[in-house]
Amino acid sequence: MSRISTSFEKLKAEGRKALIPYVTAGDPAPSVTVGLLHGLVEAGADIIELGVPFSDPMADGPVIQLACERALQHNTRLLDVLDMVAEFRKKDKVTPIVLMGYLNPIEILGYKRFADEAKKAGVDGVLTVDLPPEESDEFNLIMRAHGIDTIYLIAPTTEDERIKYICENGSGYLYYVSVKGVTGSASLNVQEVADKLEHIRKYTDIPLGVGFGIKDAESARAVSTVADGVIVGSVLVNKIADLVKDHEQIAPQVSAIIKDMRIAMDS
Amino acid sequence: MPTNIDLKALAQLPDSKGHFGPYGGRFVSETLMAALKQLEETYEKLWRDPAFQEEFDRDLAHYVGRPSPLYHASHLSDKVGGAQIYLKREDLNHTGAHKINNTIGQALLAKFTGKPRVIAETGAGQHGVATATVAARLGLECQVYMGAEDVQRQSLNVYRMKLLGAEVIAVESGTRTLKDAMNEAMRDWVTNVDDTFYIIGTAAGPHPYPKLVRDFQCVIGREARQQCLDQIGRLPDALVACVGGGSNAIGLFHPFIEDADVKMFGVEAGGYGIQTGQHAAPLSAGSPGILHGNRTYLMSDDAGQIIGTHSVSAGLDYPGVGPEHSYLKDTGRAVYVDATDDEAMDAFRALTRIEGIMPAIESSHAVAYAMKLAKEMDKDQTIVVNLSGRGDKDIHTVAQIDGINI
Repeated sequence: MSRISTSFEKLKAEGRKALIPYVTAGDPAPSVTVGLLHGLVEAGADIIELGVPFSDPMADGPVIQLACERALQHNTRLLDVLDMVAEFRKKDKVTPIVLMGYLNPIEILGYKRFADEAKKAGVDGVLTVDLPPEESDEFNLIMRAHGIDTIYLIAPTTEDERIKYICENGSGYLYYVSVKGVTGSASLNVQEVADKLEHIRKYTDIPLGVGFGIKDAESARAVSTVADGVIVGSVLVNKIADLVKDHEQIAPQVSAIIKDMRIAMDS
Repeated sequence: MPTNIDLKALAQLPDSKGHFGPYGGRFVSETLMAALKQLEETYEKLWRDPAFQEEFDRDLAHYVGRPSPLYHASHLSDKVGGAQIYLKREDLNHTGAHKINNTIGQALLAKFTGKPRVIAETGAGQHGVATATVAARLGLECQVYMGAEDVQRQSLNVYRMKLLGAEVIAVESGTRTLKDAMNEAMRDWVTNVDDTFYIIGTAAGPHPYPKLVRDFQCVIGREARQQCLDQIGRLPDALVACVGGGSNAIGLFHPFIEDADVKMFGVEAGGYGIQTGQHAAPLSAGSPGILHGNRTYLMSDDAGQIIGTHSVSAGLDYPGVGPEHSYLKDTGRAVYVDATDDEAMDAFRALTRIEGIMPAIESSHAVAYAMKLAKEMDKDQTIVVNLSGRGDKDIHTVAQIDGINI
């Protein structure tokens, strides 16, 4: 069983929900990232989504676009991100890491080489925003052969036939995008999300994570009552943006946000 | 050209998933998948609907002013010495470029699907103007995304769009050019997908855009083919068109794909020269990758980041290209070359002075290569150049190069 599935099983047994923070690797500098990841785990993160910087993040709002730009100023490449994961794994062999990003860096490296290097570094899953299952036959085969979970998005606009199709292709967890829009946009409506998740569960037993629009401990708690996992990104990246001149403070202050969410979700 | 390719099959592409060989496809985030599927279904139905076709053809005739002339540039041909150069005068269309053929078609799709708002990305501003024009006529709300750098170098078109009632949004992210405008338009669409139609300006992007933009632009090649038969009694020996995203080129090329003896040359922006790395020529100097919803030749670095492009013409200043061109390149059916900024400017001046026709700087790239090619050909051979737009919008750029302040 993959580290991601093990993590969800354990949480389920404890009656808790997964808290899944997203940060962009190399933002605001590569030296910050690994320490930040350990800090997030200590504060209560169960799984980490680590963003691979891309020059043209079409599905992201301004907050994560700027994070990509900061990371790219330091020339943070896909292979550098894998080095960070390997470094993180030296101390943490339990917490799953999911790489989140866009297809072109993986395409240029080559699917096979990417899978080899990612597995070696200790990556557990990959979420490629602009790779829908229709285009991913070869990608899925290679990732599966390497024991890397392929995580897919489901949107409010996704029709039933596609929900079924996506569930057949996804593994680890499914990422429900709670609002139409880019990352960091409007707040979500918990009742709408609850209805949609109940509907998706007709098609699958894979855990359902919810992201987009979770801004604070209260919205994290509310979503955790209906989802298997709560994914938080822009609010953390915003905090990093505030602290670009004070790297020492990034891990403690960003982790503090996660800690508040953890407490709210577990209470 | 390789002899083993099935030209009939090539002309039938894309397949049902929008693939041209390994290129094309639909690489977008999940939120847009339903909208693209709906667009595909709507398009396939309407494109075969006589009522839609009739309205499209009527607009092309009476609003755009088609057919556009095929003009024998005999003075230029004499001067160059060699093949006879004919110009397909898309510059004479309403709004001054080929872009209107496509926006008329897509605005009709917006109208038939009941979307009250359209958005577009634009580089040189020609597609933005063409979109603002059809939006004004159909009473649609219109917002146009344009890179902040392009807003400056194409200020005339920015003002034209505003006069037409569109809102122009200057995009400050990334390299502040066409690719960033397209990112921003995609972000808008993903947020407002219920009431918004995204009018993409070139034959690129996720399926079905490369197909439908091509189909709307193919009127160029169909007319040119018939005009050649009427004027010279046979098909031309070569076609030449500039390639940024490649919509004017595919519009000219596609109706000739099965005519194996007609050579096709796509001319990319060579910028300061391919060897300098400062250009916008993904087919000449790039490699396949994924951007803006399709797999195609791209300019990206060895880590997969998209790299900045340079061209004197805003309309060619784009790191990708339509997927059908990628496949025409790989199959050898079309050949892709480049013209530098300087060569394009020389051609701009030559055509202006010798024929009294002021081409867009984009189209000047095609003229530049055609002049080179003509020299190597016989006097009884024929080249058709797609003069995709007129140069009025570029007067400021030309004056600036001449050191004159207007």
